[in-house]
Amino acid sequence: MQTLLFALEVSLNGFMTGILYALVALGFVLIFKASGVFNYAQGVMVLFAALTLVGLQQGIVPFQHLINNLLGTSIHGFGWNMPTFLALLLTLLTMLLLAWLVEKLILKHLVNQNPVILFMATIGLAYFLEGFGDLMWGADLKKLDIGIPMGISDTVEQTTYDWFGYGFFIDRLDITASIVAALLVIGLTIFSQFSKTGRALRAVADDHQAALSVGISLRRIWVIVWSIAGLVALIAGIFWGSKSGVQFSLSLVALKALPVLMLGGLTSIPGAIVGGLLIGVGEKLFDFMVGPMIGGATENWFAYVVALVFLLFRPQGLFGEKIIERV
Amino acid sequence: MKVRKLAISLATIISLVAPPALADLVIPWLSYRTGPYSPSGIPAADGFADYFTLLNERDGGIGGELVKIIECETGYNTQKGVECYEATKGEGSLVYAPLSTGITYQLIPKVAVDQIPMHTMGYGRTSAKNGAIFEWIFNFPGNYWDGASIAINHILDENGGEISGKKIALVYHNSAYGKEPIKTLEKLSEKYGYELTLIPVDHPGLEQKSQWLEIRRGRMDYVLMWGWGVMNSVAIQEAANIRFPMENFIGIWWSGSENDVLPAGERAHNYKALALHGVGTDYPLYDDLKTYVYDKGLAAGDGSSIGSVLYNRAVYNSALLAEAIKTAQEMHGVSDITPVMMRDGLENLSVTEEVMTSWGLPGFAPPFEVSCENHGGDGLAMVQQWDAEAQEWNIITGLISSDKEVIDPLIMEDSTQYAAENNITPRC
Repeated sequence: MQTLLFALEVSLNGFMTGILYALVALGFVLIFKASGVFNYAQGVMVLFAALTLVGLQQGIVPFQHLINNLLGTSIHGFGWNMPTFLALLLTLLTMLLLAWLVEKLILKHLVNQNPVILFMATIGLAYFLEGFGDLMWGADLKKLDIGIPMGISDTVEQTTYDWFGYGFFIDRLDITASIVAALLVIGLTIFSQFSKTGRALRAVADDHQAALSVGISLRRIWVIVWSIAGLVALIAGIFWGSKSGVQFSLSLVALKALPVLMLGGLTSIPGAIVGGLLIGVGEKLFDFMVGPMIGGATENWFAYVVALVFLLFRPQGLFGEKIIERV
Repeated sequence: MKVRKLAISLATIISLVAPPALADLVIPWLSYRTGPYSPSGIPAADGFADYFTLLNERDGGIGGELVKIIECETGYNTQKGVECYEATKGEGSLVYAPLSTGITYQLIPKVAVDQIPMHTMGYGRTSAKNGAIFEWIFNFPGNYWDGASIAINHILDENGGEISGKKIALVYHNSAYGKEPIKTLEKLSEKYGYELTLIPVDHPGLEQKSQWLEIRRGRMDYVLMWGWGVMNSVAIQEAANIRFPMENFIGIWWSGSENDVLPAGERAHNYKALALHGVGTDYPLYDDLKTYVYDKGLAAGDGSSIGSVLYNRAVYNSALLAEAIKTAQEMHGVSDITPVMMRDGLENLSVTEEVMTSWGLPGFAPPFEVSCENHGGDGLAMVQQWDAEAQEWNIITGLISSDKEVIDPLIMEDSTQYAAENNITPRC
């Protein structure tokens, strides 16, 4: 019985962690769906959004190292902390500006190029953005706190104790992340299904050429979709940054999203969510049940093995579109 | 336009023909100011550079010779570290300090061939303490096995010498570095009867939910941590999340910087880590650093990390190397020493309280001596504890010694095996 309860607790935590993976994976899906580009820079966008948020919040002067070196000054901060809401708003605007610049400076020049070329362009973007973030906000670790409650949920612990005689651990941050992720998916679905722009997005996703032929601006759609990916990156950055502090490892959360994409499919928003949940629960349960027998630390590779096996049977992922090329 | 082109061409030719203006004492620093481990790499690189800048500015270098630091960026990547070594070894490099156990392992055979000493202060291959076999490697003043034993001794002190039946978990970076203390902790568990649970965390350690659920389920009494980078801060957050008592959570000296505790805020209060040296800036050395380095705008960084744990560690590291250079100069009667002479300096290093006072760091670290047989010092350390409200570390114990009865045979066994595998004849 005790083992069963532990397994249930592990599954619940895996479920919550899976939602955090799905948040990162969503950004990849949105861009791939609308433009066929696998955005290698999505992980760095998470980092950049979190860096910008915490930098603004803490009143850090952007490019202070550069300014100090060039002008011989010793500027470190504005001396004030920005209200969180304003910092969030300005960060969102920064991500919108980034989306516009990406379209203007990179994508515009690569229209009709092979997807591999676009993919390589996003690799360049990732490294540029990482260095730019470093130059703009500094590489030191920053504490991110926007008031999200963290730590064990007493309610869940007490309730499960009353029910089973064993109090479950659930992190309050993960509960908040689940709620936000659910709202995000609902919002994206409503936007996609019921707004004119959403319909245009779906048209572009279905067939670029056909969408262009009915007057839909591909470039405008790209700006919109990169902006939404920027918003998703900001949300993922808030939750992951709150857990670990904002530092350059944050971009590595993308590694957690890749198996989710392989499992859920690159073109499906529900796929990203379901894939995230399956990977989250699967890796935690595997580590709980098999980990002790093989020395632990199974989470990093287990997700990829599952995704690889899945690819063999369903290459397009659970919810991805099957690619049929007629000749 | 033609004149400009001519001037550029001339400048290029002159720069190619003229010999580089090399300082006489060259020390490469394999830094990582970029990448996932940069929050740890930056203060260390700054501290190392600032101390030698002080010596150059205040004393005109060491023994009249200026010190030149060549910083080479590794991003904490082992392959890049080896490339940095290959790129800088021909610059007259006296000694290497890679600040990475992975890079250290790759360089151990190389430095022996090139006859350049390497100092891995509190990291790297533990059995390199046996100088009879590892002629070119020095890991004073303490090593990982000392650290493991000191942590257990601290727990013994807290429990009146009786820890039989206690549950102790080791949360470790799943790498050569993180695995270093396992053998020692297993031996010590046989001796003291505690129950050891090994919990690995894969790089980079952003997600540790499984590990901390296991600790919660297992109702561990103590958790030891061998982490680095973001793994540390996530572990401390997760420990706080499960309400693990922070005073029972003890990190190695590489898991005890401000970066590790600040993200958890006040919830990191009372977290402990081992300390190879003192904390803060309350030492006369900092007055000199202010006068000769910071106020003159010569600091390597933006000043935000001055006095932090990792900055202090790098200052200590550079002070030890500077003292070894001085020792080598005195031994050989020349100021422009070679790497072989530097090895002699390191091997005859004597760090007394008087020496540390002369650095401006009285009482900063334990005194120790290095010899041909002992390249690792005496293996003494303290315990520091985080005060979240004051946002500072406090040293809470005196010097704690490691259990030589357990560690010395392990060092002998491991180093002898290395010697047999590499056909090395013990030299002393």
